[in-house]
Amino acid sequence: MNALKMPLLIVVALLAFLGWNSVFVVDERQLAIKFQLGEIVRSEFEPGFYFKFPFVNNVQKFDRRVLTLDSQPEQILTGEKKNVLVDYFVKWRISNIESFYRAFGGREMDAASRLAQTIKDGLQAELGNRTIKEVVSGDRVQIMANVTNNVDSKMGQFGIQVVDVRIKQIELPANVASSVFERMRAERERIAKEHRAKGEKEARIIRARADRERTEILAGARRKAEEIRGAGDAKATETYAKAYGSDADFYEFYRSMEAYRNTFDSKDDVLVLEPDSEFFEYFVNAGGSR
Amino acid sequence: MAWNEPGGNNQDPWGGRGGDQGPPDLDEVVRKMQDKFSGLFGGRKGGRSSGGGNAGTFGISLIVAIALLVWLASGVYIIDPAERGVVLRFGKNYTTVGEGPHWHIPYPVEQVLTVNVDQLRPAQHRAQMLTADENLIQIALSVQYQVKNAEDYLFNVKEPDVTLKEATESALREVVGSKKLDDILSETGGREVLVNETAANIQDLLDRYKTGLRVSKVNLESAQPPQEVQAAFDDAIKAREDEDRFKKQAEAYERDIIPKAEGDAERLIQESEAYKQQVTEKALGETSRFLQTLAEYKKAPAVTRKRIYLDTMEDVLSSTSKVMIKMDQGNSIMYLPLDQFLGNKNRSVTGSSTSSRPEDFNVGGGATTSRQQADALRLREGR
Repeated sequence: MNALKMPLLIVVALLAFLGWNSVFVVDERQLAIKFQLGEIVRSEFEPGFYFKFPFVNNVQKFDRRVLTLDSQPEQILTGEKKNVLVDYFVKWRISNIESFYRAFGGREMDAASRLAQTIKDGLQAELGNRTIKEVVSGDRVQIMANVTNNVDSKMGQFGIQVVDVRIKQIELPANVASSVFERMRAERERIAKEHRAKGEKEARIIRARADRERTEILAGARRKAEEIRGAGDAKATETYAKAYGSDADFYEFYRSMEAYRNTFDSKDDVLVLEPDSEFFEYFVNAGGSR
Repeated sequence: MAWNEPGGNNQDPWGGRGGDQGPPDLDEVVRKMQDKFSGLFGGRKGGRSSGGGNAGTFGISLIVAIALLVWLASGVYIIDPAERGVVLRFGKNYTTVGEGPHWHIPYPVEQVLTVNVDQLRPAQHRAQMLTADENLIQIALSVQYQVKNAEDYLFNVKEPDVTLKEATESALREVVGSKKLDDILSETGGREVLVNETAANIQDLLDRYKTGLRVSKVNLESAQPPQEVQAAFDDAIKAREDEDRFKKQAEAYERDIIPKAEGDAERLIQESEAYKQQVTEKALGETSRFLQTLAEYKKAPAVTRKRIYLDTMEDVLSSTSKVMIKMDQGNSIMYLPLDQFLGNKNRSVTGSSTSSRPEDFNVGGGATTSRQQADALRLREGR
């Protein structure tokens, strides 16, 4: 019995080893291919537990989930012959594991670089007859949809389904970027000037209206004032005329006297006289008449 | 069950217990183990001490039983209230469990992936991007998201969190690229539209990839023009305020001058009223005086007339300077030093403030002197 124990141990170990090598588990997140002596025998595996022959069969697993390819930004020539840097990412998945394996030998890196090249070609085709402006705004969604469809149809034969190609960044060439800044500055300057000029315009209108109103107010007041003065003058003239008209002769005399008195009222007034006026009647002759 | 589907091979570790999901029957397992290994280990030990065969077998059984218990115990797990546990049996999505303690068939049969579905996960994106009118704008956006479906989150997309960041960047650039710079920067709702559209766009992408994520909040932290043109933008904003300021200043001017003009107008009116009153009163006064005098004059005209005349002349001559000349022969030439008379006046006016040297008035009065001489001459000729 003891003699049997050593071989039994070896047998059990061997069985365990074989057992471990004759099962495999496909995870919910995985795809698998079963090979038999290098030949693909099965590639449709639902997640679960499977058997294989040790050494005869071997299994290679791939990701079932949607994968991301986030490559370096690509230099793409637009319709204006300007280079723009397009940064994008691709959502893709392995749709047919067998085709995929045959195309790339199971190397995901090779698939990614093939995908990147195809996408670059697709982007070039889309951007090549569009301007930067169209690329940036208007046609962005359309470009992404077109590239997705285009690349998806091309990659289908390699067992790759392109879920989505999304443009992240479109970077302008350096000289275009600086001219964008120049334009933005000029645009702001225009807006600033417009605002200031508009303010100035309104201010001038307001001032002009105010000045006009002032002038009108004063003119109206002056007219009214002159009318009032005129009424005063008229009243005074009437009064004078009525009074003085009652004796024009005396008024003449009376008023003359008053005028003399008002005219010559200072030592600075020099009168050069001949003593022959009525006033001097008695100045040279006490008898009176000359 | 997938793992017992392909029959024919008797390597099923549960000895055909198959789909029974309960814990395996311990006794049966231990007995099987004993069957297999008792000869192996027990026999070896038994070889050294012949009587210890049974004890050795028992010891082995104990070790195996403990190992089995430890193995089974490793299947106990606890799910937090915020978490979901996704159970995989041989890699296949088996079930999803909620909060509380649970047990799963230990590795390698089942494994549990826990996902926090309540936690708000943050993501941020800050970049300079192009607007529809080919301007550049600097945007900082933050996104809060959570897992809405743990199974989708685990099984559909590799690195869903990275996917969210990429979707955010792409969606934001797409939305910004469809908007004009001023619309984004305007205070009137432009930012809100941007946020809502971006959120919808991100969610759309996440659903398209079946990431099992939900965007719960998108926050536009800042949207401003790039540093390089910030000064020009600031100036444009200042200009808007200047516009208002200019207007306000003009209005201030208006408010200032109109009332003053109205005041001035009232002054003109009042002054003219005063003038009117003044001249009428003056006329009344003067005429009254005249009429009264006239009344008396009429009583004795000759005497009164003479009296008035003499009174007046008296007043006039007594208050003025005078030169009396008897002119018998009309051709006599005479020199009147009028400058002396006027010089007296000048001196009396200026003498107090300036020096009274004779040259002063000679120099200062030079021009007048000759004119006054001419005046004197004319006077004489007229005579």
